Amino acid sequence: MKKTLLEIKGLSKSYPGVKANDNISFTIQEGEIHALLGENGAGKSTLVKMIYGLVHPDEGDMLLHGEHYMPHKPSEARNLGVGMVFQHFSLFEALNVAENIILGMEETIPRAELNAKIIEVSNEYGLPLDPNRLIGDLSVGERQRVEIVRCLLQNPQLLIMDEPTSVLTPQEVEILFKTLRKLSSEGVAILYISHKLDEIKALCDHATVLRMGKVVDTCIPAEETARSMAEMMIGGELSMPTAREFTPGKTLLHLESLTLESLDPFGTSLANVSLELRAGEVMGVAGVAGNGQDELLLALSGERPTDAGMVKLSGVEIGGMGPTTRRALGLLAAPEERLGHAAAPDMSLKENAYLSARVRQGLTKSGFTLFGKRDDFAREIVEQFDVRTPGIDNAARSLSGGNLQKFVIGREVLQKPTVLVVNQPTWGVDAAAAADIREALRELAANGAAVLVISQDLDELMEMSDTFAVLAEGRMSEPRPAAGMTVEQIGLMMGGNLEESANA
Amino acid sequence: MDFSALNPVSLMVSLIIAATPILLAAVGELVVEKSGVLNLGVEGMMIIGAIAGFAISVETGNPWIGMLAAMFAGAILALIFGFMTQFLMSNQVATGLALTLFGLGMAALLGQSYTGMKPPSTPHLNIPVLSDLPVVGSILFSHDPMIYMSIALVTGVWYFLNRTRGGLVLRAVGENHDAAHSLGYNVVLIRMGAIAFGGACAGLGGAYLSLVRVPQWTEGMTAGAGWIALAIVVFASWKPWRLILGAYLFGGVTILQLNLQALGIGISAAYLSMTPYLITIIVMVIISADRRRASMNAPASLGRIFHASH
Amino acid sequence: MLRLEPRQQASSTMRWLTPILAVAITMVMGGFLFAAMGKDPFEAIKIIFLDPFFHETFGPYSRSQLMVKAGPLILIATGLSIGFRAGVWNIGAEGQFVMGAIAGGAVGLALYPAEGIWVLPLMTIAGALGGMAWAMIPAFLKIKFNTNEILVSLMLVYVAYNFLAAMVTGPLKSPDGFGFPESRSFTSVDSTHLPMIYEPLGMHAGVMVALALVIAAYVMMERHLLGFQIRLTGESPRAAKFAGVNPAIIVAVTLGISGALAGMAGLFEVTGPAGKLTTNFPVGYGFTAIIVAFLGRLNPIGIVLAGLLMALTYIGGELAQLSLGIPAAAISVFQGMMLFFLLAVDVFVNYRLVWKKEVK
Repeated sequence: MKKTLLEIKGLSKSYPGVKANDNISFTIQEGEIHALLGENGAGKSTLVKMIYGLVHPDEGDMLLHGEHYMPHKPSEARNLGVGMVFQHFSLFEALNVAENIILGMEETIPRAELNAKIIEVSNEYGLPLDPNRLIGDLSVGERQRVEIVRCLLQNPQLLIMDEPTSVLTPQEVEILFKTLRKLSSEGVAILYISHKLDEIKALCDHATVLRMGKVVDTCIPAEETARSMAEMMIGGELSMPTAREFTPGKTLLHLESLTLESLDPFGTSLANVSLELRAGEVMGVAGVAGNGQDELLLALSGERPTDAGMVKLSGVEIGGMGPTTRRALGLLAAPEERLGHAAAPDMSLKENAYLSARVRQGLTKSGFTLFGKRDDFAREIVEQFDVRTPGIDNAARSLSGGNLQKFVIGREVLQKPTVLVVNQPTWGVDAAAAADIREALRELAANGAAVLVISQDLDELMEMSDTFAVLAEGRMSEPRPAAGMTVEQIGLMMGGNLEESANA
Repeated sequence: MDFSALNPVSLMVSLIIAATPILLAAVGELVVEKSGVLNLGVEGMMIIGAIAGFAISVETGNPWIGMLAAMFAGAILALIFGFMTQFLMSNQVATGLALTLFGLGMAALLGQSYTGMKPPSTPHLNIPVLSDLPVVGSILFSHDPMIYMSIALVTGVWYFLNRTRGGLVLRAVGENHDAAHSLGYNVVLIRMGAIAFGGACAGLGGAYLSLVRVPQWTEGMTAGAGWIALAIVVFASWKPWRLILGAYLFGGVTILQLNLQALGIGISAAYLSMTPYLITIIVMVIISADRRRASMNAPASLGRIFHASH
Repeated sequence: MLRLEPRQQASSTMRWLTPILAVAITMVMGGFLFAAMGKDPFEAIKIIFLDPFFHETFGPYSRSQLMVKAGPLILIATGLSIGFRAGVWNIGAEGQFVMGAIAGGAVGLALYPAEGIWVLPLMTIAGALGGMAWAMIPAFLKIKFNTNEILVSLMLVYVAYNFLAAMVTGPLKSPDGFGFPESRSFTSVDSTHLPMIYEPLGMHAGVMVALALVIAAYVMMERHLLGFQIRLTGESPRAAKFAGVNPAIIVAVTLGISGALAGMAGLFEVTGPAGKLTTNFPVGYGFTAIIVAFLGRLNPIGIVLAGLLMALTYIGGELAQLSLGIPAAAISVFQGMMLFFLLAVDVFVNYRLVWKKEVK
């Protein structure tokens, strides 16, 4: 019988307006790989930040090896053998590997000795690293290794991993799993946060399921199916795609070998993305974040022009045109990041309506803003899309995520686009708002427009797509009809295994 | 034209003296910027240092006490900036400008009664044999101690930033303050320390100007030296050693144009006086034109406001 | 423990309250400053803020100076505010002011002694173009080479000062000036003399133009697409790109406008109050205008009020110098403090103070 390592007793944490964690209790054994499962916003991040000493609970207690444990800062947690690998890495791009590792360690080791140790430990766990390379020059997978090795050098007893695979290629995931199993066999416990069920099934010994800040269930993943765990997570029945009536019209958007280099060091360049999107069609583009989704949106919205022929709208070559011209021609877009990209945080809803609707709605006359018309349009968005706000004079950032997203989607849908591209339309949005947004997009397609939905959320895509494609490492799979696809097929496609999935 | 009047040895010596105030201010600002803070108030802190150093030296008769006072005054002014930008989260550009405007006015006010006075002289190094060597002796071994101090300061800053844990933490904070915070480092405290150090260095640079380089107090005597120090930090791509190159290049241009003016070579003095500023612009263009390298070297969090959300 | 908590949205009440608060704090702290100098603080504040309006002897003259001093500050600050709202930091307005005066002045001197009402408008255009050209240097370098516009525009102030010295000792030196480094007087010839519209308030033609441009700037910023794009770029550069705004154009337009307005202000100054080009002609309006722009909340209407307030401190400061012997430098400290306190209390626009329990 293994000994208990960490016992969490009734942790609660509130932020203004939300109870992020509500009376959470569970235990982790030594050497156990324990999954923390839940949808976005279920409270996983807050919980692990409390374990790591970054956030202090309002109530509750923790025991480490049976003794009171309540770190006030991360260095205390690290001293007691608790390490953490962040989802958004806490790395410094302009510093090298060794320097990054020193920053996360308590004791100071002479550089030569440290370098030797980094090489030794990283090789031992199958994560080879060169201590002198700059983080900025490393791939995302290699960056994660740095975080892991940084923890390992401190001989942790508990390693917290926050969504570690969301940025990894399938090969890297394999390597990571080997490392984690080896650690577990050596007695290190791992708290593994994810919403990817297959991974948890393959890797974890136990799982604790969170929903809306509460522990709603526990299970042994090996004894469950992906579907049963998903139902615990969302607290309802998972609907599988059903065949839909869909008669495609003529091709509206045509991408031909779209290639675009990413400007973001964490981004992925697009390589030869081709597709045809037809009138009345909703195409779902699935894939884990960072596989070229942002780049695809920028190439379509016109913020990153490409060769003219790479993007065609109703036969017109528009690859070289900017956002304004594309809007005039009927290609609209809604980026993922609501605040700071789709909308200006400190500007009013009126001005944010004007931001992208000026051309199509005719909100200017010889350069001057038609205030009445602009305000009417903003009001129309708020009313038709049920945006909860005291008024259109309020700043975008005063709205909740779901309401702002409804506003952003509504702003584009009401402009009656020929083609609408949306990236992560319901990311971080409450269920009711998400359902409204999906409904609006479906309806837009039903009225003859073409809709391209880029999303990480498989359920969402299955619910609304007519055709289905996967974007992995900047490459796009062949789109196929969504009806009749199995979760296994999709999983394989999302793993970047495009050929295999074609044969499945 | 008689170029023989240009004695290369004395040119070299005056070049070093002209470069030192800027070097001192620049090395302080480099540390500030490495921590991710852009303090545009260097000019204001320098001139406050110039008058504080001058006044205290005159009152005490001791230039060293004056220089200490200048460092103190510069640091105090810098901490006002630090309080506003780190605790009240004010815009760093605007606050730096305010610091300069305020410092210029304050210095003029404090300096009312010191105009036209002579400060106590700063002793020069005099090492037997070495200082008497021809050429080498006057270029290397017979300056006032502050010149050696400035070089030592650059060396020290280089050592601190690149060889110590404290320096590493400081760079990490400037690179990614959110990550540094999540690792448990106190971003605001580290930045306040850097800001105070930068202020002390700028104050010292100002005191060198009023006590050694000129030496007397005149209103607005920094004449953009603080801004040039800021430009030299950019020129140096945030690398301490290159500050010396930048400052001495600027010193060289300044001294050369002053000597050319004295020679009366037929170009209006006013045109020659422009050259240091024009050269500064040109080197900044050359450095920033390489966007990739410029963005690689600049601290990634430079000028961004940090507010811990938890 | 007291903590700052971000507001859901910027408080518009605070946005207008903080400048007033900043002025009030400055008066109090300025009072301490004057007291420290051994002057009666209440007397000093009264002289600075009230005497220019109400003093029996000095009042009439002071009132006539108000717009004379406020005019250039308002004109320059209006231009600067447009750039600041886009996140383009032109702090070299002083240099653009000088270059505008030189360019416009040179046209006037070249035409000397031409008569006709077209001379002054021509000089004004030349002045605006001169200031604009000077500001386009940092704009071009920023767009083309990504060079920091703050440092370049500031360096160009010193270049402009020296250029002015070169001009008044060289090509623009007055042939009848007995070798003094100054140009011919612009006010001695009708065609180059800026006409006074309303003497008691010091409304010369330049002030009228400034006020007209303030209205134009307001209309542009609040009602025109270009103003929206400028504001959007400053608020959120990525949202601006999404909206289809070209950042290079915004840099060029905002620096161009602010340079043109500063240049125009220089020309009005040299053909009116200053009368001729000398090396002492620039008095720092270009820098004080930065304070005016912020104090006026980067809003044209606010800038008019802030410009008047700042002009008042200049005029009242002179009176305080006369009657109490408070040095002119104390007034620049006073002005500097105003910007400081404004930036400090501005925290309440976006944050509120809350009392929070620390959890152990």
